[in-house]
Amino acid sequence: MYRIGIDVGGTNTDAIILDELHQLIHSVKSPTSLDIKTGIEASLRKLLQESGIDKTQITHAMLGTTQCTNAIVERKKLATVGVIRLGYPATASVPPYTAWPNDMVEKLSGNYALVHGGYEYDGQVLGEVDENEIRELLAAWQGKVESIAVIGVFSSIKNDQELRVRDLIHEVYGEEYPVSCSSLIGSVGLIERENATILNAALCKVIETTTQGFVNALEEEGITDAAVYLCQNDGTLMSIDYAKQFPILTIACGPTNSIRGASYLVKIKDTMVLDVGGTTSDIGVLQDGFPRESSVAVEVGDIRTNFRMPDIISVGLGGGSIVRVDEGGRITVGPDSVGYRIGEEALVFGGSTLTTTDIAVRLGLADVGDRSLVSHLDEAFAKAVQAEISAIVEQAIDKMKISSGDVQLVLVGGGSIIIPDSIRGVGGMMRVENGSVANAIGASIAQISGQYEQIYIYAREPREASLADAEAKAVKQAVLAGADADTIELVEVEETPLAYHPENATRLRVKVVGKMK
Amino acid sequence: MRYLDKASIEHIAIGAAFLGTGGGGDPYIGKLMAISAVEKNGPVKLYSVDEIGDEDFFIPAAMMGAPSVSSEKFPNGSEFVKVFQKLARYLGEDNIAGTYPMEAGGVNSMIPIVVAAQLGLPLIDCDGMGRAFPELQMVTFHLDGISATPMAITDEKGNIGIFETIDNKWTERLARAATVEMGASALVSLYPTTGAQMKRSGVHHVVTLSEQIGEIISSNHRDAKEKLQELLTLVSGYELFQGKIVDVIRETKGGFNLGKMNLEGIEAHTDGNMKVHFQNENLVAERNGQVVGMTPDLLCLVDYETLTPVTTESLKYGKRVRVIGLPAHAKWRTDKGIQTAGPRYFGYDYDYVPIEELVKKAVADHV
Repeated sequence: MYRIGIDVGGTNTDAIILDELHQLIHSVKSPTSLDIKTGIEASLRKLLQESGIDKTQITHAMLGTTQCTNAIVERKKLATVGVIRLGYPATASVPPYTAWPNDMVEKLSGNYALVHGGYEYDGQVLGEVDENEIRELLAAWQGKVESIAVIGVFSSIKNDQELRVRDLIHEVYGEEYPVSCSSLIGSVGLIERENATILNAALCKVIETTTQGFVNALEEEGITDAAVYLCQNDGTLMSIDYAKQFPILTIACGPTNSIRGASYLVKIKDTMVLDVGGTTSDIGVLQDGFPRESSVAVEVGDIRTNFRMPDIISVGLGGGSIVRVDEGGRITVGPDSVGYRIGEEALVFGGSTLTTTDIAVRLGLADVGDRSLVSHLDEAFAKAVQAEISAIVEQAIDKMKISSGDVQLVLVGGGSIIIPDSIRGVGGMMRVENGSVANAIGASIAQISGQYEQIYIYAREPREASLADAEAKAVKQAVLAGADADTIELVEVEETPLAYHPENATRLRVKVVGKMK
Repeated sequence: MRYLDKASIEHIAIGAAFLGTGGGGDPYIGKLMAISAVEKNGPVKLYSVDEIGDEDFFIPAAMMGAPSVSSEKFPNGSEFVKVFQKLARYLGEDNIAGTYPMEAGGVNSMIPIVVAAQLGLPLIDCDGMGRAFPELQMVTFHLDGISATPMAITDEKGNIGIFETIDNKWTERLARAATVEMGASALVSLYPTTGAQMKRSGVHHVVTLSEQIGEIISSNHRDAKEKLQELLTLVSGYELFQGKIVDVIRETKGGFNLGKMNLEGIEAHTDGNMKVHFQNENLVAERNGQVVGMTPDLLCLVDYETLTPVTTESLKYGKRVRVIGLPAHAKWRTDKGIQTAGPRYFGYDYDYVPIEELVKKAVADHV
């Protein structure tokens, strides 16, 4: 039994094989191709040829991809979307697409409708759904939109109206027609949840091509029996069917995979992880083996959203960061970098640009390239540069801390050789073997999760009953995503009380995780 | 007179959220409402208080309710005009000369802009608090004996109510009950006032001040330290603390969002700690166990790096902030002002001491 994990990064496409004991059998790296597909195929072929394993023994194949992120940032391959907001006459003061970049609205066709519906904060009906109103709308949109986003006021309390509208759309446009319901995507905050739902709807074609491409690539290499999964941004996996419903959840799965992979490699579940690349470094926090989630609105392609995202900060520091001294004698490191040209441009490789890697080699922290090419650098100067690197890392780590004590830090990524062994605020630092493919490892060890969020009124439904209800609904989500129901456990509970409510209304969010079926 | 455009609105929203001292609602949704209204109806005229006639009649417009509700179920837009016109007709005043904000806060600095844009009325550079406060009688007009009622209240469904109350505390009680029934979010018009009353009893210049604060905070070509210096000079404020939120204890009681947060010192305050108590708005700050700022003076929490205002609803474990204290408007420092919104009103067992004296004392103790 083997598992294959592939992670498509900005620069490299990494592929690995794990055996049934999760031991790393083989790993390869190849350049990410412009169309992504060719790069995946090349990595896969190289991986299978070099390892020589029996292909029929491959039971699982996972893909971590940045294609959805790229599609949004580059405004490419996006579907035209119709937005149905259930809540009229409330909410009309801010129509959908307010404050969106114009080019994005044009790409998505800008179609929207405010129709009757929605709930109050305590679950009472704000407005009933008018079936005729929806049918008329669908008749008018026939052929104009390729995907529909449905957003109901306070659907996080009750989402039956959203689901009813979804059924109506399927009835009129056919079962296969892509519909995104906001209650399954974001949390309280209508505009941010609506924005996330619209983006999810716009990604339906991208995810279709991506998943189909991956399945085809596997088949071409003779892997036909493996269960195929996509990586989500919380460090867990989803089945292809699930991914087609929630493509937005693939956004930011790369850094998540790295920190999950790092945790696996060092066998530590609670730690901070620093993943150093060529140009930037990502810092994330693992809590009980999973990345800490961001609790603030996150912008994706200049659009404010509130769907689940990992709490990760990026700093402009990597193995290729350019080192300079300004007129006043002040040393700066990055944020610009020689990037993938490090093999030609860094001093140790015979180039003419001073990089962080050159400093690491000069100080004996790393042994790459030709050491003699940096021997002319003054040691005191190199140490001063190192102090600057430490300062950047130190500040970034401090921002992620939640208490003043020292943290443990796990270092991964190809650029991690530039990080000094001692950083203020860090108690223990661990460097990881195979850390450079931590992302692909993270992709292949992932479990399946389910999440549910709703506002409960504890005065009417006691806390224990509310928790049980939310957990049952999260378990249902996990099973839908491909988890084995018998292995599911509760990993996270978050409660936020609401102001103004006389009966102690609380927003409750739970998350469960289980093994793959 | 000058015009408010999209850029001014962005700045006012940020500056008012700063003066909102943690309360006053989500600046984001308020800003989107105002921008939508201005895009549809054109820019809004802003008059200074000196430019209005003594006999003219003005009605403020505001939103009442839980910010987390209004970020989900926000208004239709037409209820502003409706509630406004209802009150005008009830008062028998056909000619309303303009509108103005009730409080400086993320949402309520924006609602009058929406009304002004929709009705083609001017906005007056004046409000009734100069900050945000949790209750309807905590208004400078109240301090001068002006009645909050007749008051009109409405929801997006079309329900409208008119209150005539025996005093302004009753207005608060009844309006709050109606707001909860209306879905924890309602639109109100109250404290109808003449130009002369605004000149005498309002907090002047607050829209412009909000805009100036917003401009400083959102400028991105200076570092946090420079921006902070400029901000403190503008508002005659003090940086009381640099810290990280390490604990937030919350409670919802009687429709208020109550609680306290503990901050652990960072950077310049590494060995210290601070406790900030809030009821929708920040009320009292204690540094190392000693009170260094209290209501009605302003206690503003801003992001450590960007100086973006932090609302009490978005307090987050681990967030790095600066705590800034500003002296309240002179009207709040009168006996009636302190009685209405001073520490004892909120249940703290000590007398009001102005922030500049507390800061002076803290410096003296330190030396």
